[in-house]
Amino acid sequence: MSGITAVVALRNVGKHFGEGGVVALEDIDLDVRPRDFISLIGPSGCGKSTLLRIIADLIQPTSGDVVVNGKPARQARLDRDYGIVFQDAVLYDWRTVGRNIELPLEMLGWDRKRRQERMREMVELVELSGFEKHHPWQLSGGMQQRVSIARALSFSPPLLLMDEPFGALDEMTRERLNGELLRIWDGTGSTIVFVTHSIAEAVFLSTRVVVMSPRPGRIQGIVDVDLPQPRTQATREQTRYAELIREVRRLLRLGGGLDVEEDHVEETLIVAEEGL
Amino acid sequence: MKRVREWAPAVVVFLLGIAAWEGGTRGLNVEKFLLPPLSDILRTLWEESDTLWGAGFFTFKEALGGFVIGCSLAILAALVLARWKRLGGALMPYMIAANAIPIIAFAPITNNWFGLLNPLSKMVIAAVLCFFPVLVNMLRGLTSVRPSSIELMRSYAAGEVEIFRRVRIPNSLPYLFSALKVATVLAMIGAIVGDYFGGSQEALGIQIRRSAGIFAFDEAWAAIMVASVLGIAFYAAVALAERLTMGWHPSAHGAQAD
Amino acid sequence: MRSALQRLGLTAVVLVVLYALWEGFKWFGEATAFRLGTFEVNDRTLPHVHDIVGQLFEPSRRNGPLLIEVLGDATLFTAKEAAVGFLMGAVFGFAIGVVLAHSRLLQRGFMPYIVASQTVPILAIAPMVVIWLGGRGLPDWFSVSVIAAYLTFFPVTINTLRGLHAVDRRALDLMRSYAGGAWPILWKLRVPASMPYLFSALKVSATASVVGAIIGELPASIQSGLGGAILNFNQYYATSPASLWATNLIAALLGIAFFLAVVGAEKLVVRRAPENVA
Repeated sequence: MSGITAVVALRNVGKHFGEGGVVALEDIDLDVRPRDFISLIGPSGCGKSTLLRIIADLIQPTSGDVVVNGKPARQARLDRDYGIVFQDAVLYDWRTVGRNIELPLEMLGWDRKRRQERMREMVELVELSGFEKHHPWQLSGGMQQRVSIARALSFSPPLLLMDEPFGALDEMTRERLNGELLRIWDGTGSTIVFVTHSIAEAVFLSTRVVVMSPRPGRIQGIVDVDLPQPRTQATREQTRYAELIREVRRLLRLGGGLDVEEDHVEETLIVAEEGL
Repeated sequence: MKRVREWAPAVVVFLLGIAAWEGGTRGLNVEKFLLPPLSDILRTLWEESDTLWGAGFFTFKEALGGFVIGCSLAILAALVLARWKRLGGALMPYMIAANAIPIIAFAPITNNWFGLLNPLSKMVIAAVLCFFPVLVNMLRGLTSVRPSSIELMRSYAAGEVEIFRRVRIPNSLPYLFSALKVATVLAMIGAIVGDYFGGSQEALGIQIRRSAGIFAFDEAWAAIMVASVLGIAFYAAVALAERLTMGWHPSAHGAQAD
Repeated sequence: MRSALQRLGLTAVVLVVLYALWEGFKWFGEATAFRLGTFEVNDRTLPHVHDIVGQLFEPSRRNGPLLIEVLGDATLFTAKEAAVGFLMGAVFGFAIGVVLAHSRLLQRGFMPYIVASQTVPILAIAPMVVIWLGGRGLPDWFSVSVIAAYLTFFPVTINTLRGLHAVDRRALDLMRSYAGGAWPILWKLRVPASMPYLFSALKVSATASVVGAIIGELPASIQSGLGGAILNFNQYYATSPASLWATNLIAALLGIAFFLAVVGAEKLVVRRAPENVA
């Protein structure tokens, strides 16, 4: 079992909900190497969010192996080897921005001085200096997501999992945050697994784009994105960029469906499974 | 200027109301049966202040006792039922239905249990009245947490207790205080109206009934005013506690709450 | 269908558990001579459940009609008072709510007092209302209905106001673009949108009107209703505790019945009203 060089190693992972019910994922084999930026993209119902949660050990696979950071997924979760960012920022209203970022550090038992130092570093990283004492509802959607990212990275996990983090934002904010995310990725040296339903976003951000097919979710193909780093607005105008987008589209069409609308069926199944 | 515009109509209504009360009852010679002139009531309130406020505090103690007992038990029960979600969810409709029972009708029974004069008999009524609304609301508050919030906590390897402490309980505070405010009203009603089935001469409810019975409406209304003042003070105290504990809430700052 | 059966089954389980808790506590209390102040557990303070239910089928007094008949009549009497009061209060409350929703000025003038009145023990004025209306030549039971109406009216007004204002801004603009005047907007948009709030208040009011009816009967010395029955059997508690308990049981069922009636009405009405008006 190769787990030494891969940050995430998935072998033959499958997931179905309920007895003989919906098959969300089938036969997933994937290696995520250190410093990779992997996007998972696919039509509704292809299981990308489910897959992310399997890596996070928030859902258990029904078959296959999941190795994260060289350990079983469960151990990786208990050891807090990853940070996670959801589509909604999930910030706690009763805490200030700074205290929200400190949350995982509190739970890790860091002392106040150390926490506040790290919190200030993170606030600078996401360019929200001066907002530490604000409350979440005073911030815009984009700013809230930046806080969420700061929180996820506050304890420097080797892996960052992101589930359509910019999905609820407008196009311009989204493009700006794309750039910021790349800068953060470069600065922290982390590995990122990113779920999205935007082809452009996937190609712009990633080193590799994993294209998935609809239920049962399989890997239709993987596109190596050989665009030069660092990526900027200029990158979006290169011919290669457009070519790669076409390639991703082609794979999506092959998989059977270019419908990249939101599908909530998967979400409700996940919720039911976890007894939330 | 905008502030004045907000409050002016209410003040105007208040002044008009008082004027109408005083003028109407005196001028139109409305039977003293319903509404004695305000000045008469205030005079009686002043003259009988010892008896009335004494009765008021006696009754208030019954209400407060019931409130504390009922709300504490409800909070505990809510914490337990939130832990075992299936049970809580299944029982919810029954708790809501139980709230539809006219609890006050049980006052004669508690009188028989603890004695007519014992404040405990009214306290039990007040406590039961407070119990279900607080339980239902707090349970809703503890369980209406977004799934992604719980997932976030799990990603931090948090156990159930930590999830309660850091997420569920803070989340439930707005619901809890909302219910506690309602409970102050219910507790007062339980204490005062419970007396209509019989109670100590020192209690406000008995005073009201007795005064009304001998057509001494000045005294009856004066007693009701005492009850209102205490009721509003009780409510305001809880509202203040809410402000202090939940200063962070968006609604306190006039922003859109989630 | 299956869920109705499940609901029935669960109700049966809950009743059995309650029965077990009651009898269990009774057995425990009697065995350990449990005390709380002057309260002790015996057949007088806590009759057996089967005694209470059985009492319903005993004569209510020597050579008199069965208790359940007497209580049945009393229940109908009180139910009538409560229902009339509920309807009056609901209609009046809704109307006031509609008026206030359309006038910022009136709203600002009266809202503080409407809200403050929620903190006042309204039921305390029951004696006065009954005596006043009785003096005016209205039948006793009507004054009780007025009390019930009074308890119903406030929650309905407040929730009607909240509901009418809770309309989606966009839906409102859409209606206006159809050159809809205030009335069509009211009926086609605001009222359906306010239904959930309205029914939420009506559920509270259902209970309040029953409580108001029972309590209202006391100062009016009405014999024919449940309030009167409670007072009556309270006097005979020493000789027949089960009778008072049985009366309370029936009163509890009345409260629950009113509540369930509103819940049922909600299912009918809200199903017909548009789900999402946006």
